[in-house]
This record gives sequence, structure tokens and C-alpha cells, in this order.
Amino acid sequence: MTFVAKPKIHHPLLKVNEIGLKRRDYEGLVSTLCAGCGHDSVSAALIQACSELSLPPHKFAKLSGIGCSSKTPSYFLGNSHGFNSVHGRMPSVATGANIANRDLIYIGVSGDGDSASIGLGQFAHAVRRKINMLYIVDNNGTYGLTKGQFSATNDRGSTNKRGVPNLYTSIDLVSMALQIGASFVARSFSGDKTQLVPLMKAALLHRGFAFIDVISPCVMFNNHDGSTKSYGYIRDHSAPVVDADFIAPQEEIEIYYAPGTAETVAMPDGSSLRLRKLEDSYNPRNRVDALAYVQNALDEGEVVTGLLYVEDDSVDCHEVLETPDVPLNSLDESVLCPGSAELAAVNDSFR
Amino acid sequence: MTTYNEFVIRFANVNGSGSASANGMFAKSLFRMGIPVATRNIFPSNIQGLPTWFEVRISERGHFGRREDIDIMVAMNAETYEEDVACLRPGGYLVYDNTRGRPRSLQRSDIVDVGIPITKLILPEFSDPKQRQLFKNIVYLGAMSALLNIDFSILTGMVSSQYRGKDALIKPNIHAMEIGRNYAYKYLDCPFDMQVRHSELAKGKIFVDGNESAAIGAVYGGATVCAWYPITPSTSVAEAFEKHALKLRTNQDTGRKNFAVIQAEDELAALGMVIGAGWNGARAFTATSGPGISLMNEFLGLAYFAEIPAVLFDIQRAGPSTGMPTRTQQSDLLSVAFASHGDTRHPMLFPSSPKECFDFASASFDISERIQSPVVVMSDLDLGMNEMTSDPFDWEDGRKYDRGKVMSFDDLEESEAFGRYVDSDGDGIGYRTLPGTHPSKGSFFTRGTSRDEYAVYTEAPEAYSENMDRLVRKWETIRELMPKSEIYEANHRAGILFYGTSATPMKESLDMLYEEGVELDTLRIRSFPFGHEVQEFIDSHSTVFLVEQNRDAQMKTLIVTDLNVHPDQIQSILYYGGMSISADFIVNAVLEAYERDKLPRLREVSS
Repeated sequence: MTFVAKPKIHHPLLKVNEIGLKRRDYEGLVSTLCAGCGHDSVSAALIQACSELSLPPHKFAKLSGIGCSSKTPSYFLGNSHGFNSVHGRMPSVATGANIANRDLIYIGVSGDGDSASIGLGQFAHAVRRKINMLYIVDNNGTYGLTKGQFSATNDRGSTNKRGVPNLYTSIDLVSMALQIGASFVARSFSGDKTQLVPLMKAALLHRGFAFIDVISPCVMFNNHDGSTKSYGYIRDHSAPVVDADFIAPQEEIEIYYAPGTAETVAMPDGSSLRLRKLEDSYNPRNRVDALAYVQNALDEGEVVTGLLYVEDDSVDCHEVLETPDVPLNSLDESVLCPGSAELAAVNDSFR
Repeated sequence: MTTYNEFVIRFANVNGSGSASANGMFAKSLFRMGIPVATRNIFPSNIQGLPTWFEVRISERGHFGRREDIDIMVAMNAETYEEDVACLRPGGYLVYDNTRGRPRSLQRSDIVDVGIPITKLILPEFSDPKQRQLFKNIVYLGAMSALLNIDFSILTGMVSSQYRGKDALIKPNIHAMEIGRNYAYKYLDCPFDMQVRHSELAKGKIFVDGNESAAIGAVYGGATVCAWYPITPSTSVAEAFEKHALKLRTNQDTGRKNFAVIQAEDELAALGMVIGAGWNGARAFTATSGPGISLMNEFLGLAYFAEIPAVLFDIQRAGPSTGMPTRTQQSDLLSVAFASHGDTRHPMLFPSSPKECFDFASASFDISERIQSPVVVMSDLDLGMNEMTSDPFDWEDGRKYDRGKVMSFDDLEESEAFGRYVDSDGDGIGYRTLPGTHPSKGSFFTRGTSRDEYAVYTEAPEAYSENMDRLVRKWETIRELMPKSEIYEANHRAGILFYGTSATPMKESLDMLYEEGVELDTLRIRSFPFGHEVQEFIDSHSTVFLVEQNRDAQMKTLIVTDLNVHPDQIQSILYYGGMSISADFIVNAVLEAYERDKLPRLREVSS
């Protein structure tokens, strides 16, 4: 735990973004997680991504379940509302919140216990409902708050601190998200901010369900030799396939496309996403190929990172539900109540 | 002697045989003659092949409870024939298909046999096997119209409007009806001495079930988010909400829907969505039954503790576990009142008519947003799934929704320090803000963990206890907001309490008791927590009965817990067989107590 209090006064020379806010305006409370926790790096990357996108902090809604990961919404975007719900059920709360107000930017932060074990069903159904949100899983393969039990993303054969191996097959949330229909699927590593920040920016502006599985080592319980979610293991076995560079709408975009090297994806707000392929054979816009690639890599013991899949012309839940352009929570009785004349007709239909 | 508009008729069918539509038309035709009607569908948890009964009670005296002896039985199910014959009262009528013979052992000499060769009549007229099956129902409907003197033009009119656009179906349906009707006129004594005639009593009323009424109440109450998971007997609440909202809430210009219905993956997710939407300022609800309530416990605790509005409709069925999914009970009171681990309490509303389902549905959203906590409307299968005569719905134009204590941008601009859980009004209810309202004021972290008045996490004992005590203050505010009991008092020394569908047989029970020299004051409980009038009523009567449809006297437990009442002050009358409670049951229980305790009757009764 870090005990350095953050000064309330900002240095006058700190850089401001397009809406006049400093990086500090996107921060939250001081983290109470363990020193060196990967989750704090994820929060830091989110702060950077949101600030660089110049998005108004109070227009975010942060939701989480239970666990170390789910504590982190306190540590970023201090001027936005947060909701720390119940274990494994953040997806349903986020779904309801999103349906009620389509105008906010939703960030869900969950963990591998929260999303792959107790909340696996809710995770899957939020994906298939195309909830317009950034869904981050801080994936460390272990239950930190209860001191080191295996989670469902822990690889078979990976050991705990005492050297006991995990006996069960791991659940790969990336493969699941691909299979069920997420329109943006990425994996990254909390220790690789260069890769993570642009992925987050792209995900925040993506319309539909954007999923980032962030391998985020637990320094207390899952960072030893024998663990497949340690800093060392991930650095040795990470295989980036597609890097994403986020390009803001104002910037002049030179679209160049040399087959097998780079291409550009238009984003809903006019900005664009340039994909740089590090692996010639990889096609991040084909769901079936992406899934096959990820699964093959898993068999080889490789952790594929980067933007693994993105869908052009993605849709979100509001298009599916045909809700109005204004948020449902802004409607009052003048719109919602059909009135007594209509009720007379309703009564007549029961006669 | 001929009697009019006062009998119970039961149709015994096989489910999936198409009888529901014919039986529904039968009941509706009587309602359209202006006669007060209540129906009761007794059905299995099955789609095809098992026994099902449809009971219609018509009564100008307002006697609508289930009755244990049937006046007229239309026995169309060979499998249940024996028990169907047995439940007729002496002198009752047995209508049956006499195409084939039946065992002598099943015949009774004290009833009137009315055999109609339904199968035989159909054979030469229809060749399609499916039609032959379906039209059996229509043939007996036609015969009943003659036997009971039902206005035939109403029936034919209903067929025509039901199949409007499918004209090819109108003619054969009316033909099948005429086959039965003509046979009855030609070969049977028509009409029975128990028959119907036009009445004015149901004029202006509507014929509807409780679930659809609740759904329309939710539309009028401003619900925009419905998240649910299919479960008998609550399913039709969500389905009716979608149906009516599509009609009443679709923007005619844009085609967009001013509502959203999400069929969730389970009841946990359904309530999670409702809570997410409520947190974000939309009026949201779910509809479920006992097993769903069990699954929703953790989320109900969150909504109570984090103080988030949510409306639930619990259409109760017989538990525990899967219990009897298609039978009625009032057995979720305790599990709802204290749902979740830790110290929790949830307010409940107990409707007893379709009109009240509508009223309580719309009111529940106002109450829930005012108190920032879940409100549960406690209906049951009997009320939810059966059509009955009800007062029509009404709505006062100009009525505003009570959105509770929600701070706007301007409110926040003017305020100094925002504290989500500060009890500045002394009613236990703080002010809340919705996400996205103001750039620098009013944001807070909602959590199921302990926090101080400013929503900051704390495990300090004082902060925790103060918060829990404030929630008790809020409970007293809730008590004042809930609908009061309905009381009829004439200074009798004995009184009877009841709630929900136990009100249905009450008029008949009181009439029967009066004949026995027993008169009771009545109090119909409409909400929990209880108003002071419940305490006063119990204290001012030396004998107090409480009618419930559960085994463990759950309402009594709540009364003893919530009020200053000694358990001995209340005598429970408990029925929990899964059928709706009958007047006979209530009357027997009251009279037994009068005998046992040698209570004085108002008049001597010669028996």
C-alpha cells in the first residue's frame, strides 16, 4: 500500500488536454493495493488514456464486482460515479445502467475470479447483448483477497506459491469473447503501457462491447517461478500480433496500406485506429481466424497480445433494443404516461 | 325454483386440447351479459396431455372464492372422470360426452346426467382430425349456451371478432357451436333451473387478470426498464408490459421505443439490471416468483444497503424449492421481508384485485424512488393468472411522478458539501445524484460495503451503527408512506385480518358466518410495514383471526415482529394446499374456534 498523500494543488505548468484538464483531474484516490500490483498499472493506463482522449471525467460511470480488481475504480476518475456491486454480477448492473443512460461512457473493471468463475455467465451474456462499454479483466490467475487460491484462468500445471500445481484447464476469456460475438477483443499486459494505452483509447471509443484481458500479475500470490501469470513468464512468453495506434479525428491521417503490414479502422466519432501487424498471417478483422490463432498460440504456451479482433460497423445494445436517442432516464411523465384517454381504451379492451 | 346468475361451473379438460379458448369465451360471454364473473384455471406444470380444470364462478352477491362443491361439471377428461363426478354437489348437473358408455360404478343417483354425443356429432361434420379435436370444445360451448340460456349473439359476435382477418375460421366455429346448441334444444331440457340472465352489475367493470393489470400499472407508473427471467406464474407480467408498452410507448414518428425489455439469463442478472438502471435514474422492475426471490437475495441486500430504487413483482406460487409451480400460495412473505444476509427489511404491497395490481404497480415506483430502496408487490398465481371482474383502471391526468430526492445540476451548484448519506431532513433518507450530473460536485462511490455519510469506505463501528440506525429511521418514514389497511368496523368483539387473495372468499365467508350468528369486523392488510391502524384493530378486539395461505403463519410473524402484539392475540387460519382458499375453509375454522373457546354468538342459531 502506498501512503504518499497526493497534493490537492496542481503544478501550474502541468500540461492540459483539449478540455483544459490535467492528467491529475483523471486520477482517483490513493490505491490501497499491494506495492507493485499490476492492477495499479492498469488504473494508471486508464487515467492516461482518458486524459489523452480529453473526455470529461464526470461523464464516465465505473462499475465493478468484488475482488482486488474491483477495488480499482476508486483509484481513477475521482469525479465520476462508481458502483462496486456484488461478486461476479457487475455485467448485469452495467447492463441496466447502460440501458438507463446511453450517453455515459461505461468502464467495467473485473477480475478473473469475478468474470471467469462466479460471474462467467454474466460476462458471457453482457458480451452477447453488445453492451456499449469497455470491459477490463485484471487477470492474475489467483484470488488475491482470500490469499492465493487458483482462479479459473489459472493454467493447468501452473503452481501456487507452495508449488502445488493447478489440475484444471483454464478458461480463456479472450476466446470466449471472440466466440460469443464481442466486437472488440484485445489482450495486453499491465507491464506494457505502450501497448495498453492505445488499446484502451480505441476500446473507449468503440461502439459495442470492447473487451481487454489484461494479464496483471499478483505480486503477493502469483508472481513466483512456476506461475504462468508472473511478470517474468509473461515477458518471456508474450507474443504481440497486432499493435494499435489510436489517431484522433483532428490529426491528419495518412492512410497507407501495404498488404500484411497496416490498415486503418474508422471509429464512430471520426477518429481512426491504425493497426500494425507484427505477424503477417494474422487478420484481426476475421473472427474465425482470430479465434483459431489465439487457440493455437495457447496450445504452444504463448500469450498472444494486442488488438486481436475488431469489427467494422459494430452495433450496440441500443440499436438492438431500438431505444430513443435520448437517455431513457431523461424521460418524464409527459412522455412515459399514456394518460387517461388511452387508459379508457385499455379498459374497453377488457370488456 | 329457477335461480339466476349464481353458480359455479367447472370444465375438466386435457391440457393442450384447445379447451382454454372455448372456456375463455364462455366466461367472457357471461361478463358481456353484465354478470360478475371470476375464473380459476387449475393447470399442471405441463404443455400437453395432463388434466386441467377451468372453473367459472358467477355471483351477483359478490361471492368469488373457490367453492368446494360444484354446481355444474363439464367432464371432458376420461382420466379424471371419477373425481369430477364426485365433486358435484347433490342436485348438480353433469355434462359429458356420452358417445361411449361409462362404467356403472361412476354413476350417481343424486345428480342430473346430461349426456351429449359430442364425438359422434362431430364426426360427420369435420374431416380434419385436428378440427375434430378442437371443435369438441366449441360443441359443448354451444350446448352450454342453450342449457344456461346464454345470449347466443354475444357468443357468435365473439367468434367473429376473435377470428377477424381469418374469416375461414369463423364459419366452422359458429357451425360447431350450433351443432351443440341445436342438439341441446332438440334432446335436452333447456335451460337448466340454474341459468343466466342479463344483469347491470358488471356494467362499467373490466374482465382482466392481475398480471396484465400490474403490467399496465408499470407502463403508467413510468417504468422504462423491465429485466426478467421466465418463471410461472409471473411470466405474463413482463410479456404484458412489453405488449402494452409497444402500443402505448412507441414513438409514432421515429418508431423508437421509450422502454427496454431484457430477458435476462437468470433472476440474479434480472435484478442486477434493475438495480443498475435504478442507480442511473430510470424506473426499472422485474417480475418473478419464489425461486427467483431466493436467487435475488444478495442483490436485494445490496439495493437495501446501497439505497437504490427497484420494484419487484413476486407472483407467489407454492414452495419451497420447485414446490407446486402452478399452484397458489402466500408463502414468500418472510423470505421477501428480510431477503439477504445481514439486517435487512423490505417493504411489501399486497394487492387483492386486478385494479389494485394496477394501482400498486404504479405507486410502487413512486414509493421506491422516494425511499431509495426496493419495493415488492406481493401478488400470487390466483390473482395474477386468472381473469376476473374488476373495477376499471383510472388515472388522473396531470399526476406527477415522485422521483424522490435527486439533486439536479442546479441543486449541486447551490449546495456546499454533498454527502450521499447525510440525513439532513431527519427522515432517514439522504439525497442522491445521478452519474454525469455535474463536472465537479456530487459524484460518489456506491458500494455494498460500510461507508460514512459521505460514502467513503469505513469499518469504524460508530459510522456503521449510525448508518444502520438511520435505516431504521427510514423504515418509520416508509411506514407512513405505505397504503393503509381497509377496515370495516361495527364494534364487534371479534375481528378478522386477511390480505391479498384471501380477500376473494371473504364476502361469502362473512355472509355464511352471519347465518351462524357470527359477525366479525374486518381489516385487510395492504402493506408492510404496518400502519398504526393494524395495532389498534388488534388491540381493540378480544378475538382476532388472521387468514393466510401458508403453513407457518408468516404474516403473523411479521405482525408480532413489526408491532407490539403478543402472539396469543392472533389466531391463525392457515390454508396451504395450493388451491385458492375457500369460504368453507374460513367459516369452518372460525366456527371451530367459536365452539372450542365457547365464544358468544350474536344470535342463537337453530341447527
